[in-house]
Amino acid sequence: MPFQTEDLFTLLPELVVLVTACVVLVVDLYLREDQKQTNHTLTVLGLLITLGAIGLVGGSDVTTAFGGTYIRDPMSDLLKGAVVLVTLLTFVYSSNYMRERNLWVGEYHVLILFALLGMLIMISANGFLTLYLGLELLALCLYALVAFDRDSKGGAEAAMKYFVLGALGSGMLLYGISMLYGATGGFDFPGIAEVVGREGADNKILVFGLVFVIIGIAFKFGAVPFHMWAPDVYQGAPMPVVLFLSSAPKVAAFAMAARVLIDALAGLQADWSEILIILSVLSMGVGNVVAIAQSNIKRMLAYSTISHVGFIFLGLLAGNADGYSAAMFYAVVYALMSAGAFGVLVMISQKGLEAENLDDLKGLGERDPWLAAMMAILMFSMAGVPPMVGFIAKLLVLEAVVDLGLVWLAIVAVVFSIVGAFYYLRVVKMIYFDKPEVTTPIVMSGSARLAISANGLAVLLVGMFPAALLSLCEAAFVG
Amino acid sequence: MLAEFPWLTLVIWLPIIGGIAVIVSGDKAAELTKWVALTVSVLTFFASLPLWLNFDASNPAMQFVQRSDWIPTLDIEYYLGVDGISMPLILLTTFITIFVVIAGWDVITYKPSHYMGAFLIMEGIMVGVFSALDAILFYFFWEAMLIPMFIIIGVWGGPNRVYATIKFFLYTFFGSVFMLVALIYMYFQADSFSILDFHTLQIGMGAQILIFIAFLLAFAVKVPMFPVHTWLPDAHVEAPTGGSVILAAIMLKIGGYGFLRFSLPITPDASAYLDGLIIALSLIAVVYIGLVALVQKDMKKLIAYSSIAHMGFVTLGFFIVFTIVRQTGSDDGAVMGISGGMVQMISHGFISGALFLCVGVLYDRMHSREIADYGGVIHTMPWFGAFVVFFAMANAGLPGTSGFVGEFMVILATFRADFWYAFLAATTLILAAAFTLWMVKRVIFGEVGNDRVAKLRDLNPREFLNLGVLAAVVLAVGIWPKPLVDVMEPTIENLVEQIQVSKLPVPNAPVAGIQP
Repeated sequence: MPFQTEDLFTLLPELVVLVTACVVLVVDLYLREDQKQTNHTLTVLGLLITLGAIGLVGGSDVTTAFGGTYIRDPMSDLLKGAVVLVTLLTFVYSSNYMRERNLWVGEYHVLILFALLGMLIMISANGFLTLYLGLELLALCLYALVAFDRDSKGGAEAAMKYFVLGALGSGMLLYGISMLYGATGGFDFPGIAEVVGREGADNKILVFGLVFVIIGIAFKFGAVPFHMWAPDVYQGAPMPVVLFLSSAPKVAAFAMAARVLIDALAGLQADWSEILIILSVLSMGVGNVVAIAQSNIKRMLAYSTISHVGFIFLGLLAGNADGYSAAMFYAVVYALMSAGAFGVLVMISQKGLEAENLDDLKGLGERDPWLAAMMAILMFSMAGVPPMVGFIAKLLVLEAVVDLGLVWLAIVAVVFSIVGAFYYLRVVKMIYFDKPEVTTPIVMSGSARLAISANGLAVLLVGMFPAALLSLCEAAFVG
Repeated sequence: MLAEFPWLTLVIWLPIIGGIAVIVSGDKAAELTKWVALTVSVLTFFASLPLWLNFDASNPAMQFVQRSDWIPTLDIEYYLGVDGISMPLILLTTFITIFVVIAGWDVITYKPSHYMGAFLIMEGIMVGVFSALDAILFYFFWEAMLIPMFIIIGVWGGPNRVYATIKFFLYTFFGSVFMLVALIYMYFQADSFSILDFHTLQIGMGAQILIFIAFLLAFAVKVPMFPVHTWLPDAHVEAPTGGSVILAAIMLKIGGYGFLRFSLPITPDASAYLDGLIIALSLIAVVYIGLVALVQKDMKKLIAYSSIAHMGFVTLGFFIVFTIVRQTGSDDGAVMGISGGMVQMISHGFISGALFLCVGVLYDRMHSREIADYGGVIHTMPWFGAFVVFFAMANAGLPGTSGFVGEFMVILATFRADFWYAFLAATTLILAAAFTLWMVKRVIFGEVGNDRVAKLRDLNPREFLNLGVLAAVVLAVGIWPKPLVDVMEPTIENLVEQIQVSKLPVPNAPVAGIQP
């Protein structure tokens, strides 16, 4: 197939990210120690241009590029926007933290930017090859980022664990892809969909391939029983990396699940729905129950992530447009909440003190009332209490599930969300009802304060006025 | 013109926005902030008055209706309106909040602006619960209410506040999530989230029973009914005075309101089928909880248990209707039962609020709620003693006070259904008299108990104003309840007619078991 220059225009956001990463990589070499802030400025600038590029390229139509291996549609526009926004938040939140620990170097920016590039490619993948390319680009950057603090033993251990289990997950995925390739003779999703639509579950190789692909997806999401890496990685990695790791890749993983399950394997929906029911119930159960026992807040939030993944699967398994848009809404909202919650933790972690344990949050209401209020909003939102957006997200997936007639599943979900409410409440309790152990005021840059305020208030306001984001999510699955 | 103005929106959002402003302004000018908070609460009360003055009591339909899209993709609307059931409760809310603000005036020294602000936000949310006609909007307010209350008990509460507030939150959260699933289920049946559309929905018996149980879990926890009442004594004991007042006076009523707005009209067949269960639980609450109240050593706990017993009356009045219609075939007794329950809710709002304020007055001076720490308070605080005796009498259902009216109506109605129900219900008159008056005897009368009691100072003007106004209202409703009953009557008559029409898929059939 001939190369067409127009194809590059579709790729504009990715190109901007790539150029930014390369520029930072080179410029960093010529910067003195005290000029490292330039990296930050360049990165933020690049990400803002990326957001603009997404808007410029985006629209309600669908374009494919490079012979149908790459796709741009309303879903990819929204998800890319969310991913870039969360990445932007990551940089703003982490600047103080990384600088105080002498980790504020060019490589940090470059690795995250390449990870972002990987996610953008995943989101726009229209075939297994492109998807895998993006996935591995993301994963390799994340392995390196987890071990970013090279003096930290925990970090190295976590990175090793993440690498081994991640490679296992990728292996499963590849194995599944190879089966699907064998059965359908193609890598591109529309082609696979055609064969799957024709043969359906009668072709056992397809079903086997599906199972392995889902295992791969579940690994990347961190769904039970493929979640073992999550708590250890969260605990070992530096806080800003966890902030990044827990938010943006979930959106990309959603894109991966949506592309594979909906675009390629819709014909096997009856089969993957059942698998997702099991994964989702297990994730909600294990995630919420085990989180209660955690005293390390990073581990607690890791299990909380696992339980939220269960809710995202609830939406997906519905197998209709309402369910998909509910899951997408949930994924985007979750990324926003998670970024905010870890953002607060990053800011509380002052020089020489890591906010690792729940006790470190004690008396935050006295030390910094505004930050405390934002954290409380985020926690109530994760617990699914109105008027925060977390409630709307849960409402949507519950609606999708009840619409299918699976009322029991909705009841299981709400029961586990009661269990979950307890540990979120415990955080609020630490913030407001306990006296502070450390009374030093919390220092943070003006831009970080602005960003965390915007993040927290967005969670509140989108919860009260969700119509706009909701219609974007619905538009992604029309037709 | 007055009826067209969006009064409900004003009454909901004025205190919420005012409350946020009060919180944000902080404690730098504490005195000024308190005055702002008071002004907001008084203005809100005045803003709620047109709801009463322009209310067309002869019309059982929703009034002051406001309807606009909120989340169009899900058919969720910003849909407000009041009828004879919700309007009095809204006025109760806006009225009581003023006293909560005044009661916290000098007493709250830790972040008073946040305290007042939280109560103002709470007020707006509670009005929202009473006026929401969209199920999701209702649920929004219903759950949002937990957040300020959680913070109020947890920050300004007593020594065991963390346990109490988390218990409170999880109990109520537990109850309500099942309601959410039921609401979503009905959405797919009715294709709308409007509560009024739910009222006309045809639902099979099996589904009705499940929906009824989901509602029961939500409302029974809130009321609270035996056996899910255990959060209430803990929450009351640990909550600051204002928190107790709001809990007892308004939040419990939201459970009762839920029964009238959801359970009875949406699932009349299941309600008729399971009314024995509710009546049994109500009678257990009246008798058993009454006995439990008798042995309490803590004044707040005693009043908390007394609240549970009194709310048992409310649920009894609401669910006795099916038996009455079955027995007599006429609506009059049924209307009286529900009206009695409603009057009891309003009256209990004033009386329990006043009693908690009284305990607050003592607690502010002595920092003890133990009955044993007091004795002979009347010698040092004569005015206060008089008020306590008055409210205690009202709590015991003395004729001439509002406490009598509701209980009398419910007992009268119950008599038409079954003598023994009425007999058991009437024991509350004895039990309530026993536990309240015995407490009064030990706290107020007798010899001066100890030196600290001897040094007590009588009510200051602020406290006097609070208790005086509430006493006047209790007396007024007790002597002349007609305006209150008249406002509610058409709505309740309409409700009683509605619940006799079966919602089973066979159209226009009478409710199972009610056929004469």
